[in-house]
Parts: sequence; structure tokens; C-alpha cells
Amino acid sequence: MQRRDFLKGVGIAALSSGVPLASIPSAWAQAADTLVIAIGSTINSLDLHRPGTNRPSYMVTVNIYDRLVRFATKALPDGSLNFDYNTLEGELAESWQIAPDGMSVVFKLKPDVKFWDGAPITAEDVRWSLERAIALGGFPATQMKAGGLEKADQFEVVDDRSIRVKFLRKSKLTLPDLAVPVPFIINSKVAKSKATPQDPWAAEYLHRNPAGSGAYKVERWDPGQQIVFVRNEEWKAGPLPAIRRIVLREVPSQATRRALIERGDIGMAFELPPKDAKEISEKKSAVVVGAPIANCIHVLNTNLNFEPFKDKRVRQAIAYAIPYQQIFEQGAYGRGLPMWGGKSFTPTDIAWPQPSPYSTDYDKAKELLAQTEFKNGFEVPLSFDLGTADWGESTALIIQEGLAKIGVKTTIDKVPGANWRTMALVDKKLPLHLENFGGWLDTPCYYFLWAYAKGNLFNSSNYSDAEMEQLINETLPMEMSDPAYAPKIRRMIAKAFDEVPRIPLWQPSLESGLRKDVQGYSSWYHRQPELRTMKIVKG
Amino acid sequence: MSQSSPSVQTGLRITRALGHARYALAANPVTLCAVLLFMFVLGCAIFGPMLAPYDPLQTNGAMALKAPSWQHWFGTDQLGRDVFSRVLVAARLDLTIAFSAVIIAFIIGSTMGAVAGFFGGWSDLAVSRVCDTIMAFPLFVLAMGIVAAAGNSVINIVYATALINIPFYARMARAEVNVRRNAGFVHAARLAGNSEWRLLAVHIFPNTLPPMMVQVSLNLGWAILNAAGLSFIGLGVRPPDAEWGIMVAEGANFIVSGEWWMALFPGAALMLAVFSFNLLGDGLRDLVDPQKRT
Amino acid sequence: MALGVKSRLILSRLAQALPALAGIVVVTFILTRALPGDPAAYFAGPAADARSIAQIREQLGLDRPLPVQFLSYVTDLLQGDLGRSISTGQPVAEALMQRLPASLELTLFALLLSALIAIPLGVAAARRPDSWVDQACRLLVTAGVSLPTFFTGLLLVYVFYFILGWAPPPLGRLDLIYLSPPQVTGFFTIDALLDRDFATFRAALAQLVLPAMTLALFTLAPIARMTRASMIQALGSEFIRTARASGLSERRIVYTYAFRNAMLPVVTTLGMVFSFMLGANVLVEKVFAWPGIGSFAVEALVVSDYAAVQGFVLAMAVLFVLLNLLIDVVYTLADPRVGMEG
Repeated sequence: MQRRDFLKGVGIAALSSGVPLASIPSAWAQAADTLVIAIGSTINSLDLHRPGTNRPSYMVTVNIYDRLVRFATKALPDGSLNFDYNTLEGELAESWQIAPDGMSVVFKLKPDVKFWDGAPITAEDVRWSLERAIALGGFPATQMKAGGLEKADQFEVVDDRSIRVKFLRKSKLTLPDLAVPVPFIINSKVAKSKATPQDPWAAEYLHRNPAGSGAYKVERWDPGQQIVFVRNEEWKAGPLPAIRRIVLREVPSQATRRALIERGDIGMAFELPPKDAKEISEKKSAVVVGAPIANCIHVLNTNLNFEPFKDKRVRQAIAYAIPYQQIFEQGAYGRGLPMWGGKSFTPTDIAWPQPSPYSTDYDKAKELLAQTEFKNGFEVPLSFDLGTADWGESTALIIQEGLAKIGVKTTIDKVPGANWRTMALVDKKLPLHLENFGGWLDTPCYYFLWAYAKGNLFNSSNYSDAEMEQLINETLPMEMSDPAYAPKIRRMIAKAFDEVPRIPLWQPSLESGLRKDVQGYSSWYHRQPELRTMKIVKG
Repeated sequence: MSQSSPSVQTGLRITRALGHARYALAANPVTLCAVLLFMFVLGCAIFGPMLAPYDPLQTNGAMALKAPSWQHWFGTDQLGRDVFSRVLVAARLDLTIAFSAVIIAFIIGSTMGAVAGFFGGWSDLAVSRVCDTIMAFPLFVLAMGIVAAAGNSVINIVYATALINIPFYARMARAEVNVRRNAGFVHAARLAGNSEWRLLAVHIFPNTLPPMMVQVSLNLGWAILNAAGLSFIGLGVRPPDAEWGIMVAEGANFIVSGEWWMALFPGAALMLAVFSFNLLGDGLRDLVDPQKRT
Repeated sequence: MALGVKSRLILSRLAQALPALAGIVVVTFILTRALPGDPAAYFAGPAADARSIAQIREQLGLDRPLPVQFLSYVTDLLQGDLGRSISTGQPVAEALMQRLPASLELTLFALLLSALIAIPLGVAAARRPDSWVDQACRLLVTAGVSLPTFFTGLLLVYVFYFILGWAPPPLGRLDLIYLSPPQVTGFFTIDALLDRDFATFRAALAQLVLPAMTLALFTLAPIARMTRASMIQALGSEFIRTARASGLSERRIVYTYAFRNAMLPVVTTLGMVFSFMLGANVLVEKVFAWPGIGSFAVEALVVSDYAAVQGFVLAMAVLFVLLNLLIDVVYTLADPRVGMEG
């Protein structure tokens, strides 16, 4: 009987295969308290500390775990929110007190905060979690180190609700570094119960089974497809989020993401390519929100290990031979801020990023090149990361055309994501390439640390200069209010402009499309969606 | 009849084939169309760069993303380049990739297959195993893997496409040679003192060519589609070179925003070329294997 | 006794497949190792230094010499362990098992669609060879096989979803409002029917239509051609002439006698088309965000995820071998002559 029904069903399926489409309503129903977000990339882990966790996965940690402190938000003119680097507020911490000698800080935990399983959050959980962020190595450890957090014994339980963080040296970056996504707090009792001798930090378990206290819990994760968050009704570390359930759906096709948001089938398309952001905001088919990414610049990097670029004048000639305006219009579609055409080689303020003094001037470029042994031009490959093709490809093509005008012949090389990291950043062997580093901690010295100090990952131009190195080391721990800070930074910027290993193009914007009833978007330096502020308004 | 020398026989066969071709073309307007279409595509590949009204690589900021007009028949792309010129010029690169890949596959595959089919034994075993191994791969994924591993260049697309086509030729050549190796005319030639290799190269192999040519024609279309697919996932021809596959792949992102011409025209050109190869292959099959038609 | 011969035949076919499988294991291992880029550097993430990259290389076992890596790979393989994908962190076998039904459902549905269109076309063409019907069929199927699948897919999405709004958004196997049906076969349509959940069934079916159409269009040609050829042969054969002479109705002759006899080669072609589709739907899965094994493989390849790529290729190869075996078996069982010759 069953079998017959089944066969009949299949028969019907086959016969009516073309028909049922027409009867599906185009505005398919969606639960009122559910927000659907389309993302372009794949989430590969629920644990940021685990080696191999990719960038898009950071958003999970951001939204399901709590930290001791967080950055506050402030409103932008378009009604969306932006993070405020200068204001820290407590998340799990109720208060914190810097020791009189300035060499440690004690955090007091809020009394009513609990993990999802109902267990109270203790100082021991915090200590274990911070130690874990260092112990598992890789990126989390490096990020912790940038804030001067390097050793397990820097974290000390004072009592059940108080934890002391000792400093190896004073640095203005230590407290902000505790607000980045990395030092998140894990339910250590749950984690320890799943730990094994081979895996003392329960990386295997937490990779798929989060154990935290955050505003959202993971209801379901289908790797490669979607992740579903559901609100933690007991969350006490901040105002309860407005949306009960959030579905993040992975949609690899950029065109499909655009179609979805324009038709209103999803609530938000995260990270729109610049062209879509421009056109959607003009058409008003969805609300485009976002802001220039803090401390981030799209640059053309010359690699000083390669002969032509050893000569400063060649680098300057390249910087004068770039059709900046055309790139900004056709690569960036006008989204973001121009980073060329500045007034002077000696900056008057320490705002970062700020426009470089270069602009398109082929005569000047030829003149500079003529002074060098490369007056007849040269050939060089121009590389970009395939993953950034939405702006990289147009930009590279326009640069190619500009450089051809001064006799520099380029061949364009698209490098797939896995190879990019190795070739550009680790081995640093790409002679000329597009790069887009952005510093999480929003200070100029932090950007320079990663991008201009010898050997550091994002210094893919192999720039090395003793004075620059010294300036970076001096400014890094220094308070920005220190009177010595600004002159040093100005000197660093002036050097970067003059020697120009990195040729700034523009400061990119991170923009997303929102359906008209969705609000509360906020922009973050970590370039991940912050879901806790989102809301859906009726009508 | 059995007295006639091989050359006379071949001559007779050619005359007969030509007569048959004329008859088949007249009887079959579709094949005639295919031949004309093929000529047209070939013409574009040869004369395209001369006929293109604009420089296919020249960007033009003021003319970006313009819809088709009298000035730009197929519109312009995101950098203001003329799509018509690019489509025209791309024909050469696409056909070069397809032809070189198929020729390489044909030479290697048919040699392997012929040797296997004629000598049998361990050579047959080895060739069959190699073919089985290649065929057991999902072919497109194998091509993807090769290009990803060997590097992103036109020559690697050619090699990858050639490699995945080798088994088709090898199997076909093996079967065709195998059927003929004990034929009367082969025995006759052997008795006349021809060496085994000569038997294979001069007396048997030429006879396998007609069916192989059908395969070549069909494979050309497939080779172009393969290269286009590789471009679509980002492996393939480097910008700014014009190539149909990469143009469709790039244009695909612009369809939803209404700039349909960027994907449609190269897509249509791609389809037209593949279409003509496929129809031609079909037509050739009718010529070569008349009993397939009633 | 005949069955004994046949089962021996099947066994020898299985044995023949073994060297190919071994070849695949070796080739995929070498190929994945030849992929440029250092997975350790990739997975160390942004801001990693040389030390943390070395740490990760050690964790992944990539610091050992290649023969040692190969040996441990084969040892694991023999225990049914395909390794662990470094990008998703999941066991490869588990990920493939989760995703395989999605690919199979799409491919089978597409095959069904393709056959439903192509076989009647082939029959119609065979009844009047060289007529306008024949030529039109030929043009149609050739046009279908000339379209790059990713282009067709995008075009269909644009027209049927974006412009007309008839199709649901191309978001994989089910609209968001539906939950996947309780798993029995892993095919959402069938599972929904077993669960008597017709709304979900319709939703799953609606998601299937556009990608299946894309694939079907591409595969009309071989099926239609084979149907046409074998129908022509059947219609020209002795027994049809006899049937005609004995005054049976044309309908009966074509559909009952000729068609039934022409089906065997068509079934073989269907099998070949199926395995081809399974390999070729990589691009279609990408366009429709279909969570199948094809899109899994593309992702893995881009990040040099060795275990995942190897697992995928191996799974496909095994599937191909089994499928070919199945076709052979069907052929053997259906065709009385085969057993004798064996």
C-alpha cells in the first residue's frame, strides 16, 4: 500500500514538474521575527581560536560569545551605527581598575551574567579562555601579542568575580585588544569536560559545539550552507537583541545576492560589491548602509626586493602614473574615500588614513623614470588576489594602462586565495601587487606596525628602514595624547609618502544592503556583521 | 579488385567520399548551414583582429557600461571597452585553445590507441588502464585540478583539456585498429613484406581517420566549453585578454543589474561556435558512417 | 547456470575496476600535493608569523616527507577514513555523505527531465528521418549542448526568478520557511512525500526545477541521438516489417514493438549521461548555491584542502565504477546474448 502511494507520488512529481512554479508566491512568507542574511563566503568553524578558522567565521564568535569589554557605538549621518574606538564599555566586566603603578588591571565581572547552561561566569572561566587564546597559537596568539598579552601567567584569578591582567609593558593597545573578537570567554567547565590529552583546549569540541554566554546561540549549523542563530533570552551582558532568530545563508553568487536583496526576499545582503552598493542606493531598491573601513587602504604595493623598485624614484614614477580618478570611478564606483591628491608631502595632522600627495601626472612620472637606469621602461607582473576580483580586476587593468604610458609593461596575474597568502604575504615575492590591509586597532602606529615594519605579515613590499622601525616602536605603546606622539606620527607619514613602497589608492567602504524594514546596522573594524543591534520594524 | 594497389583504392575511396559529401550536403541543409557557420567562425578567428572597429583592450572611462548602439554594436563593458571588438578578437584565442588541445589529444590518444589495438598484449593493457584511470575521474574536476596545480595560463588550459580528451581518441583508435588488424588487405600488405609498424602507420591508421575526425569536430566544441567553465571559476585566461568564457563569467555578474549585453554577446558567440562544431561533427558522422542514417 | 556465467562476468568487471581506482588514489595524491600555495600559511590566518605557520604545518602533518604522507593516507583509506577537511574541520566522509544526496537528487531529477524530453524527440525524429521534424530536433538538442551550463543557469535565474518571479530564489534545496523533511533517503522530495508533507514536497520540487532544467538542456543531445539511431534501426528491422505486413496499427508498432527493442542502448546512454552530469554539475551547483559535492570540491580546491579534494575525487570515481558496473549488469541481464559470449 505504502509502496504504491510512493510510486504514485513519484509519477505525479514527474508529470507536473513544470507546473508548480507558477503557484509559488513571489514574496514568499517569512516569519516576522526572523532575519535572513545572505553572505558570500563560507563559515568553517564556530571557534575563532582553532587553527584554520577563516575570516567569515569570526562573525560567529562576535555574536555568540561575550568578551570582558567592547567598543561603544555612535550614530552615523545615514542613521546606521559605527563603532567608537575611543570608548570602551563593559560586556562581562562591570568595572575595571588600573593599578597605581599602571602595570596591571583588575576586571570585576557583572553579578548576573551566566553561560547558556545556567552556570555563573567565573574569573576562572575568563582566565582559562584568555590563556587559550594564546596557547593555541596562530593568528589569535599574534593578535593578543599586539596588545602585549603573551604569557599565561599574565592572567590571575583574584576571586570568583575578579581577574587581574598583568602587563609586560605599558601599552595603549592592551585594553582595546581585549575588546577585539579574539579574547572571547568560554564556559571552561564544559570545555574541560570535553578535553583530551591530545586536545587539552577542546578545540575539536568547540569547533562545532560552542559553549558561551553570548546574545545569540547557534541553533543549527549546516557547513557550507547556513547557520541559524537564536536569541539567548537570558542574556544580561547588554540590551537584549530585538530579533529572535537570524539565518545566515551562504550564497556564493554575487549576482544572486543582489537579486535577493533587491526583490526583498532576504533582510540583508552583507558586504555588497561597490558597484551594487552604488546602483542599489541610486535605485533605492534597498537601503545601503555602511562606512569607510577604519584604518584600511587599498594600495598598490611595490616590492623593494625587486630591482626596479629598489630605486625610490621608480616607485614615485609609478605613483604618478596611476589613473586614480578612473580607478575610483570604475574600480570603487565612488564608494569610499580618495587617498590621492593630498596637499603636501609633509602632513599637518595625524589623521590616518589620509590622502597621499600623488596624483596622475604622466610627465612627472616620465621625468622621474628618466633619471633612473629604467628610463626605457621595464616589464613586471601585476598580481591581485582572486578573492578581491570585484574591485581588483578593474583596478589592475586601469593601472596596467596607466603604467604602459610611461613604458612600464605589466602582465596581470590573478592569484587564487590559498596561494595569495603564501606568495604575497608570507614569502613576499610578488613584485607589484594590490593589497588591502586594515588594522583592527584604529591608530596610525598600529597600521604602520603591520605594513611598514620589516618582516611583518602585511609589509609585502619588504620595506625596511631603521628610522621607521624606531618610530613605530616608540609610538606603539605611547598614549595618543602624549605631546611627542603627533610629531613622530607625522614623520612616519611623511616618510611613507616620500618613499612610497605602498601606493595608496582609496579607503574602501564596507557596505551592506538592507530591506526597508530592517534597521540597526553597525559598521565595525573587524568587517563582520554585528547582529545584536539589528531590528525589524513593522509596517 | 583485390589486385588494385592501396593508392588506387584510396583514390577511389576519396572520389566516392567527395561524391557522397556533395550528395549529403545537398540533401541536408543543416549540415550545409554548419559548414557555412564554421567558415564564418574560422573567418572571425583569422580576420577578427583586422575587422575590429576598436582596440579590444583600450579602456574608456567616459563610455563604461553603455548599452548597444550604432557606435558600439554590442555595447561596452565596465571599463568602457568595446564588447563587439572583444567578441570578434576572442574568436582567435578560443579556437586556438580548442584546436591545440584537440590536436594534442588526437595525436597522443590515437597513437596510444593504435599501438594498443594493433599489438595488443601489455601495450593494450597499459593503455587501457591509463584510459580507465583518466575516465574514472570527474573530467571537469580533473581539468580544474591540473590548471590549479600547474598554474593559471592558457598553455595549461590546453594541456588539461587535451589530457581529459585523450581516452576518447585512444579508445576509438584502439577499437578501429583492432577491427582491421586481421582484414584481408592487411594480410596482403604483410605478405608483400611490410613491417608491422609500417602496416599500422600506412595501411591501417589512415582508415581509422574518418570516424576520428567526427570525434575531433565534436570535441572542439567541448574543449571551448571546458575552457569557458574554467574561466568561470576563476581559472583560465588572464585579463585583459579577450576570451568568450571569461567574458561570460564576468558579464554574468552584470546581468542582474541590467547590463545584459556583456554576458549575452560573448555567450552567443560561444554558443554559435560550439553549435557549428557540433553540427559539423554530426554532418561528418553522416558522411563517414552512412548506415547510421537509414 | 547462465547466472553463474553472468555473476562471474560481474566479478571480473569489478576486478577490472580495481587498477583504475588505485591509479586514482595515486594521481589525486600527487595532484593535490602539486597545488601551489601553502595550506598551513592559509589556515594560520591573517597576521600569522613564520612560527605559527610552522606550528600549523606540524599539526596538519605536512612537515613529513611525501612518501610518509602517502603511506598514512593509504592506511587511513583502507580503514575507510577519508581524512578531515582542513577548511570545514569535518570528516570528509561525513561531509560527502551529507552532500551526496543533494547532488544525486539534482542529477537524477535532471536526467528524468532530460529523458522525458529527449526520448520523445528521438522517437519523433526516427519516424521521419531527414524530415523537418528530424532537423528541428537535431537543431534543438545541438543548441542545448552548445550552451555553457553556468550561462544557462544564470539566464534562467534572471528570467524566471528576477524578472518574472515564478521561481523561488536560487538558495539551494529548500526555501527558508521550510524545514528539511525527516531523513530517509536524503532526497528532499521523496522524504517529504514519505512524510506526507506536500507543502515541503512542492517547495523542494520548485527549488529543483531551474537547476535541473539547466542540466537537462545540456544532456538532451546524447539521449535524443541514441534514441533516434536505435529507433531507426529497430524500425528498419525484420520483425517490424513483419508486424507491418500483419496489419498492426502504426501506433502499436512504434510504441510497443520498436520502442521496446530500441530501449536497451538508450538505457546504457542514460547511465553514461548520469555519470557525466554528476561530474559536470559543479558549475550548476555554484550558480544555484546547491549544497552538493560539486560545490564542495570547488571550494576545497581553491583553498588547497587536500583531504577534501582527494575524498571527492575518490568518491566520484567509486560512484562511476559502480554505475558502469550497474549498467553492465542491467545489460547482461537484459540481453540474453551477452551471457553466452562471456
